[in-house]
Amino acid sequence: MTAALALGDDALVLSHRLGEWAGHAPVLEEEVALANIALDLLGQARVLLSLAGDEDELAFLREERAFRNVQLVEQPNGDFAHTIARQLYFSVYQRGLYEQLAAGGGDFAGLAAKAVKEVAYHQDHATHWTLRLGDGTEESHQRMQRGVDALWRFTGELFQPVEGVEIDWPSLHTDWLATVTGVLQQATLTVPTGPGSGAWTAGAGRQGIHTEPFGRMLAEMQHLHRSHPGASW
Amino acid sequence: MSSSTDWPLWEVFVRSRRGLSHTHAGSLHAPDAEMALRNARDLYTRRSEGVSIWVVPSTEITASSPDEKDSFFEPAGDKPYRHPTFYEIPEGVKHL
Amino acid sequence: MAAVTADQTTQGQARGTAQATAGGPDGPAGADVAQQAAFDAAVAADERIEPRDWMPDAYRASLVRQMAQHAHSEIIGMQPEANWISRAPSLRRKAILMAKVQDEAGHGLYLYSAAETLGTSREEMLDKLHAGRQRYSSIFNYPTLTWADVGAIGWLVDGAAITNQVPLCRCSYGPYARAMVRICKEESFHQRQGYELLLTLGRGTPGQRAMAQDAVNRWWWPSLMMFGPPDDASAHSAQSMTWKIKRHSNDELRQRFVDICVPQAEALGLTLPDPDLRWNEERGHHDFGAIDWTEFQEVLKGNGPCNEQRLTQRRRAHEEGAWVRDAAASYALKHPAPTRHAHAPAHITEAPHTEMHQAEMHTPPNAEATA
Repeated sequence: MTAALALGDDALVLSHRLGEWAGHAPVLEEEVALANIALDLLGQARVLLSLAGDEDELAFLREERAFRNVQLVEQPNGDFAHTIARQLYFSVYQRGLYEQLAAGGGDFAGLAAKAVKEVAYHQDHATHWTLRLGDGTEESHQRMQRGVDALWRFTGELFQPVEGVEIDWPSLHTDWLATVTGVLQQATLTVPTGPGSGAWTAGAGRQGIHTEPFGRMLAEMQHLHRSHPGASW
Repeated sequence: MSSSTDWPLWEVFVRSRRGLSHTHAGSLHAPDAEMALRNARDLYTRRSEGVSIWVVPSTEITASSPDEKDSFFEPAGDKPYRHPTFYEIPEGVKHL
Repeated sequence: MAAVTADQTTQGQARGTAQATAGGPDGPAGADVAQQAAFDAAVAADERIEPRDWMPDAYRASLVRQMAQHAHSEIIGMQPEANWISRAPSLRRKAILMAKVQDEAGHGLYLYSAAETLGTSREEMLDKLHAGRQRYSSIFNYPTLTWADVGAIGWLVDGAAITNQVPLCRCSYGPYARAMVRICKEESFHQRQGYELLLTLGRGTPGQRAMAQDAVNRWWWPSLMMFGPPDDASAHSAQSMTWKIKRHSNDELRQRFVDICVPQAEALGLTLPDPDLRWNEERGHHDFGAIDWTEFQEVLKGNGPCNEQRLTQRRRAHEEGAWVRDAAASYALKHPAPTRHAHAPAHITEAPHTEMHQAEMHTPPNAEATA
């Protein structure tokens, strides 16, 4: 179940990162909004991981190298613009992916059909904020541009085929690029032109190669569960 | 230091299910109507409380004043003939 | 009826602030007397006071103080629990905790919204919180040291809060009462999840049981302090009860809470850390030991373990969010309504004027107070 792990880990890890905003959001209304997205993603993760095994064993007892999420979702929150850039890139991708899955009628069609509604809202949220930050003040524009630029190199990996799902990856990529470009331009931002992935041939998240902050994230996430082997919670 | 540009206040009305009117749920702050709608969705329908939302800038609502309560609402009180119970109908007569 | 006419002519504003008429320092004169009488009668008859109704200045001030403090408590109260979101030991618990902390943000928003009907802006209340000029519940100045603290907060802190809050659903001020109805409904899961969490630990490994007992030991006394000082030492209690902002005394609610908790603790297999706790047949209540009010006063003064930390985090979130709020406000100025309305044509065409008027009449919104 490579695909269930890949998609489940994406959702789990991004949910965790969004959960880190609790108590730190720029405005109280956004506390509620970010938590809603985090909870949607956590719900998706639980369904997907349960397809692959025991959700808690998978979440709390795997080593870093066994996680199959893309590196994009594990990137630390940074400022609000950085988080929104990550949300934009990922939600547009996830929506395209889940739309194809829902239409495909395979193993994931049912859960994808449900999740795609949630993800559409995530994309809407990210889009509205990208516009406001990109076309807001001088400071917000700079911050948003920095976020968009910094995360660009993690976007190429999104379109690496995942084993076990029937996806038209090239068209997923084309549609993603068109949507993201449209939003960034409307937000008066410059669309990054650099490479969408790093040069390291070892691969990336889908191969279990992660970035350094991910190990610390997992250490925090897993420590309590691991401290009490065999316990129920 | 706080923000110099406080977001305006919006009143939120939620239709809890089809067939019912929107009713006032509360208020929230948002920079504009689009965000107000979204904030309202996130805040006031977390437990499936709604199928439709209106948001209205609080400053756009004109309300009757409690000082006018008597002149506004009391005159309606002495017109019982507007209500069906005002009329006497012989016992046994149906469909009225 | 004459008095009403007088009201209409003299009360030009919605606030009911003191009129510059010949009222002595001892009390209101003329029209204000009638207003005061109408207000007193409404409260006595258990009617709700609504935003634009005349109300005594002290009633308004007392409400703003209490509602702001209540809202702040929800917002600051997110922190000790959010402290464990990233470490929640199962995905189920992680989802529950995130939803609960989110609810607290939501409840803070409901309460700020209700307080704003009195003409105090949220910004103003937040500024006062950040400046340390408005309080939040002292309970949140204690740290969450282990996972079991999440359970203890749900069971004891939320339990105490619910005991306090349920009577507020009948508070004399309409918007506050309505917010509390919503909050109480939503919070019913908060206490249960905490209890269930502790129950699971109590039935778990020796390490888990020890963790649960330790948490209960630390949270029990602070929870009892949540009901406020004893009745004879409470600054605001008596007046608030006359106004029906409060409906039960601090001591009465505290006793109710203790009586509820004792059998619940037994079912958990945990002990409450009070050697003097025992059933008093004569009173029909549990007796319990003396509360350390010195600790309470110290924490209130700012000397609790986390006062500084909580307020610093809150201030930082607000300050670091300023550029985001500014950006959205600036965008709204640059992009007037039409483009944004285009996204939701159904929403606009759907709103018929007649129905809107009904909605206003049913539930006077905040606009009244700021008019």
